Amino acid sequence: MALQEKYAALIATATTNGITNLSVAEQAGVLHISGTVKSTTDYDQLWAMYSSIDPDMAAGDLMMNLDIAAAQGTKLKVTTDSSNLNIRSLPSTEGEIVGKAAHDEIVTLVEKHDDNWWKVKTEDGEEGYAYAQYLSPM
Amino acid sequence: MNKRNLFLIAAITATTLFTSCKPKDEEIAKAINTQLSSMTDLKGGNVTVVDGVATVTGECKDDACSQKCKAALEAANVKGVKSISWNSTIAPPPPPPPAPPVAIAPVAAPASVATTMDAKVMQAIKDGMKDIKGVTVDFTAAKPMVVGEVSAATRLKIMQIFSSAKIMPDVSKLTTSK
Repeated sequence: MALQEKYAALIATATTNGITNLSVAEQAGVLHISGTVKSTTDYDQLWAMYSSIDPDMAAGDLMMNLDIAAAQGTKLKVTTDSSNLNIRSLPSTEGEIVGKAAHDEIVTLVEKHDDNWWKVKTEDGEEGYAYAQYLSPM
Repeated sequence: MNKRNLFLIAAITATTLFTSCKPKDEEIAKAINTQLSSMTDLKGGNVTVVDGVATVTGECKDDACSQKCKAALEAANVKGVKSISWNSTIAPPPPPPPAPPVAIAPVAAPASVATTMDAKVMQAIKDGMKDIKGVTVDFTAAKPMVVGEVSAATRLKIMQIFSSAKIMPDVSKLTTSK
């Protein structure tokens, strides 16, 4: 319960933003928050709040597993620091690189393979798997 | 035998005949009880008859049941009944059912945490951390330990990567560059 008080503002925002399948559970000294947010803006807002409450995020007391709602055909922005995003033949870094998407380039979501790898298609027609943490639905 | 005796005998005979045609109260009660026993909605139905006036007692579940049973008895038109006094009572409502036991959901691991640090989880972390420079991940510790120095923005990205892999990292040796 103490953790829910610590992260009360974050939980309140998650609730207000209307996260789908929002789950808030405290277990073994860790607060678990999961669900599907409506937009990248909501996703960034919640992570910013986490960073604000615990700047180093070193307490190890919050596990925030948030998915961003994105249907097939959604435009995705590549959010690497500056480098290109590899597009691979398999949903793994073991997969062969079949294409690249530049920083800030827009690609199209083909399907979500899992939480980590999404199948995308570039404007050049290259299709393959890219790491989802570097893709932001628009 | 004089006329007076003849008249007396005729009177006694007439009275006897008249009385024998009229059912006695006991017979009326018996007939009514037969009717009452066929009324399954009436519990403990009973009747007392005095001079053809029947007083019925018993217990019905509600007023509609009471009216229905009374109407059925009247319709039976038991011979000798002058009137029916229906004195059935209404059964008290049944007590509310006991509250169902409070279901206690089994404590399951939340969806946001991986139950084991298996190869798939490890690969997910490696995939995510591959392009992050200046940090290493030690998988020999109880929790994967992230070591190095990164910007605040990259720290946030690292936490997102681990959350996506559903594993809590140890970032005590991860410093933030100024």
